[in-house]
Amino acid sequence: MVEALARAAGEAYVRALKTLPRDVKDALRNARGRERNARAQSILDTICRNVEVAEETGNIICQDTGTPVYYLSLGEAFPLPPRRIEEAVRLGCADVTARYAIRPNAVHPFRRVNTGNNVGRGVPVIHFAFTAGDALELLVVPKGSGSENQSFLKMLVPAEGRAGIERFVLECVTRAGGMPCPPVVLGVGVGGTFDQCAGLAKRAASRPIGSACGDPDGRALEQKLLQAVNALGIGPMGLGGDTTALAVHVETADTHISQLPVAVNTQCWAARRAAVRVDRDGQATILS
Amino acid sequence: MTAQPVEMELETPLTAEQVTALPLGGTVWLSGTIFGLRDATLRRMFDEGAPLPEPLAGYPCLHTAPNARKVDGRYEKICIGTTTSARMERFTRPLLRDAGARAIIGKGGLGDDSLAAMQEYGAVYLAIVGGAAALQTTQIVSIDAVYWEDLFPECLWRFTVKRLGPLIVGMDAHGGNLYAEVAAAAQARAAAAGV
Repeated sequence: MVEALARAAGEAYVRALKTLPRDVKDALRNARGRERNARAQSILDTICRNVEVAEETGNIICQDTGTPVYYLSLGEAFPLPPRRIEEAVRLGCADVTARYAIRPNAVHPFRRVNTGNNVGRGVPVIHFAFTAGDALELLVVPKGSGSENQSFLKMLVPAEGRAGIERFVLECVTRAGGMPCPPVVLGVGVGGTFDQCAGLAKRAASRPIGSACGDPDGRALEQKLLQAVNALGIGPMGLGGDTTALAVHVETADTHISQLPVAVNTQCWAARRAAVRVDRDGQATILS
Repeated sequence: MTAQPVEMELETPLTAEQVTALPLGGTVWLSGTIFGLRDATLRRMFDEGAPLPEPLAGYPCLHTAPNARKVDGRYEKICIGTTTSARMERFTRPLLRDAGARAIIGKGGLGDDSLAAMQEYGAVYLAIVGGAAALQTTQIVSIDAVYWEDLFPECLWRFTVKRLGPLIVGMDAHGGNLYAEVAAAAQARAAAAGV
């Protein structure tokens, strides 16, 4: 079972690196159709062509193979305990890194020594959620550093309210400019505690384009911010244009009476992700 | 927005005259030898003062760490793209002044000191389309030399490229900076919108 899960986790990582989800491809094409700036049109054409070339040649889309981040939804009757599941995911990452010569990105933060296999202290990142049933659903997001480095968190005070949240997000996008490879998917976390807020932002950045926040206030903010961000004119690769963000996703949590944390996790245009379900007998089914 | 689009084909090595003539916003397709380097490579070159394994003078340097596989002692390309340049800001000046690079190829742009150094030493910043690595890998003919393998994937790489591009002159040799223009306009728009 560990082997079957390791294979599913590793192959999902590789699939995410090679093929963009349909919603992201459609969003890029639609953005190209709407874009009015000639330079931005040309950059979006190159991006769309790249996605095709990756599929035609079986290559990965971007050279930054990212930090693999796994979101696991674990059914209560799934036969492996969380500790063995973690072991399987780590095994899967190390195995495909060697087999496909995926660029290793994990280094010690002080010594900067590369582990060589995309597995290390806290890498891959593994999040667990618990659910009914006997299957394990796994979503992997290879998170590139260009966009991850343009991620920010601020503990606002409650009096700053919605206007403060909007101002902070626009400041982040302006400061990031072309560095995170726009057009981006912006993940915005609002509320919770410091750590929870960052987690909300990351989860938001990992949502499919076209999905909406479950909180109506969050949903309203998504629409307002998308318009405001694209009005900045930063454009693809920060070289000007109408398309700075493909989507803004907001996730919310209740927070303390004296807090208003807001976090922005930026996702580059190559918003890679793949999902798979592993049944109790180890059978894997690709979900996306 | 800016003037007429200009498209140019260039062969490396590049002269100061060639790069100072490149117009801001113009499109360049590069062929010939280029070097690849990034964070750890530059720390070794300029913080540790390691001697250059071969001269870089006149060549463009790409901010990169490739996916590559070593087969029978030689590196084969898998996927070669570009990383965010801003992290390497403090190395632009020595790279141009001491190593003699004529162009930096990267994404996201560089800062004020890099812009000043490009003006002083005659160099430009060529913006590649970030993330478009599958396409750019088809424009890389070969990996010809790899130095400092202990830094893998952040080695010093020498590549032969054929029509690498499109590359946009994002920062020219005369103080022109497309990123700064776009950022200033964005700030003005944000201010006008009252945020």
